Amino acid sequence: MSNSTTTTYAIETNHLSIHYGTFTAVKAVNVKVEKQKITAIIGPSGCGKSTLLRSFNRMNDFVPSCHVTGELLLDRQNLYSKDIDPVEVRRKIGMVFQKPNPFPKSIYENIAWGARINGFKGNMDELVEQSLRSAALWDEVKDKLQQSAYALSGGQQQRLCIARTIAIQPEIILMDEPASALDPISTLRIEELMQELKKNYTIIIVTHNMQQAARASDYTAMMMIDEQRAGGVIEFADTKKIFTRPSDKRTEDYVTGRFG
Amino acid sequence: MNQTHEQFPQGKAFHASLRTRYRVATIWQTLFLSALLIAILALTALLYNVVDGAFGYIAYEYKDDPAQFTSTPINELTKDELLVILKENLSSGAYKKLETEQPMQERSQADLLNLFLERLVRIDTKETWSMTESILNGSKIRAEVATKYPNAVLEFRSWVTPQFLVTPMSSRAEFAGVRTAVLGSLWLVSIAILFALPVGTGAAIYLQEYAPKNWLTGIIQTNINNLAGVPSIVYGMLGLALFVRVLEPFTSGSLFGVTDSNGRTVLSAGLTMGILVLPLIIINAQEAIKAVPDSLRQAAYGVGATRWQTVWHHVLPNALPGILTGSILALSRALGETAPLIVVGASTFISLDPSGPFSKFTALPIQIYQWTTRAQSEFHAIAAGAIVVLLVLLLTLNASAILLRNRYQRKAY
Repeated sequence: MSNSTTTTYAIETNHLSIHYGTFTAVKAVNVKVEKQKITAIIGPSGCGKSTLLRSFNRMNDFVPSCHVTGELLLDRQNLYSKDIDPVEVRRKIGMVFQKPNPFPKSIYENIAWGARINGFKGNMDELVEQSLRSAALWDEVKDKLQQSAYALSGGQQQRLCIARTIAIQPEIILMDEPASALDPISTLRIEELMQELKKNYTIIIVTHNMQQAARASDYTAMMMIDEQRAGGVIEFADTKKIFTRPSDKRTEDYVTGRFG
Repeated sequence: MNQTHEQFPQGKAFHASLRTRYRVATIWQTLFLSALLIAILALTALLYNVVDGAFGYIAYEYKDDPAQFTSTPINELTKDELLVILKENLSSGAYKKLETEQPMQERSQADLLNLFLERLVRIDTKETWSMTESILNGSKIRAEVATKYPNAVLEFRSWVTPQFLVTPMSSRAEFAGVRTAVLGSLWLVSIAILFALPVGTGAAIYLQEYAPKNWLTGIIQTNINNLAGVPSIVYGMLGLALFVRVLEPFTSGSLFGVTDSNGRTVLSAGLTMGILVLPLIIINAQEAIKAVPDSLRQAAYGVGATRWQTVWHHVLPNALPGILTGSILALSRALGETAPLIVVGASTFISLDPSGPFSKFTALPIQIYQWTTRAQSEFHAIAAGAIVVLLVLLLTLNASAILLRNRYQRKAY
């Protein structure tokens, strides 16, 4: 697993730490995320899961006091080096948020906007249809593409946000608890969709839902805070291994529900 | 546990304390109600006072009998008849002067009738009465006029008429209108908003979306908030020093080849008003921008948008209704301001419409102020009329702001 085959890893971190001012929120994370797999990040509330996820496409840049040390490598290039533009990072690494947040525009425009501002020159109608099909939403919305995205249900809105993300053809899709605001049926549809998407994309998902991590992911990173309240990845392995025979006692306590 | 229970009043004592609590509540409720009633009363008194002055009896005499000019009753004179009468009876010098101001043929019948009444028969107002007096003491007034001014005509008149709106300023209250002042006010607020809306919105966008949060922006923010409360006369002084004096070549138009004016132009006054409302517009726009949910910005950044694209395509369109609402309210503030205009140098007597940014000007509040300081009661009546015009303008602006807000609030999200 540790050989220098850059092709198998979508993203690698090398002692990645995230600080808010003088406080270290996430400490020395070393993970290697495999391409075209689903990697779940689990752990108790406040352990820095979302912070870590947001650091992957530099969304943390918008928090004024936040800074990052260590390396985040995509194709052996440190995404935090001075000559990398964060806009370019977000173009390659898309993000789906906890609460569905479509633009207050038409369904069509929700997909087309990201493509247009990134200079897409192809057939926009085709791109919209293809993205909506990939997000398993086409059949539900094909007759009302010009209607407001706000008229859709929560689950549909979240799938629209996924479609919007894949429309700009990223390499990696980050999902920050994408189903936590949805009912069980919509949640299941998102999980099914993730299995479809991993054929083409690498997916990293933060989840509070242990069953979801167990069901849907290939790899799992277990996070926990230490005595200084800094979060860190305490175990990173095959999902099966994490849920059946974890090597860390704290992971075992957490996944079996014995943890606080 | 049981001891704690006993420390609360029981039975009769409890009911007595409950009664006291209700009594206190009633007293406060009554106080609040009376506060509301005082406010309503004050507002009613204000409106009544304005309306009271704007309608009422007027007694006037003709210095020269209309019959010596024409046999037709005054109200039935046609435009052609009036043209003939004026041509025959006015001195040729006076007629020529009128002709150069505006060709007689192009003037309206009402305008010509006014000239006829003003220049030839020469109406002389003897006395005016307020609406209340006119209604309550109608018969007494009629009797009084009959004895005191046997030749006078007594008429119940509304001082706000369509004619009042389109007639320019005149030295005779009976023939004065607010046309010049309304146009001046419109020029003023247009210039103010043309300057303050883009500058204010730009500043708000920079402060909200770009500026780092540090001590410097903190100081700037505090100053903007305080500037919104600076007395308007101070802005007048600023306008006088900056626009009228320092920037005189620009504001007088001499840079652009205009030679017949000094710096006391509608442009100077409009820019002064623009600066006056600038803090209001910035604060309002900042609030509107703050109200755009962060999730929307993140959504845009998440698909690889730059900051500018996020602001231009998402933040600004969603904040626009709020920004416009705030601007309209700022406009109505500018419309009612008087003090800075006096300092900047509004003309108190001017009968020529403002024709461009470099014109001399007057404005409604200035006109009202000027008329109320006159001794003759008929000027007080037209001042009341002008106040009605100003209030209607203000209410229209505020109502449109509310409509705009409601309309977009329903649409959003």
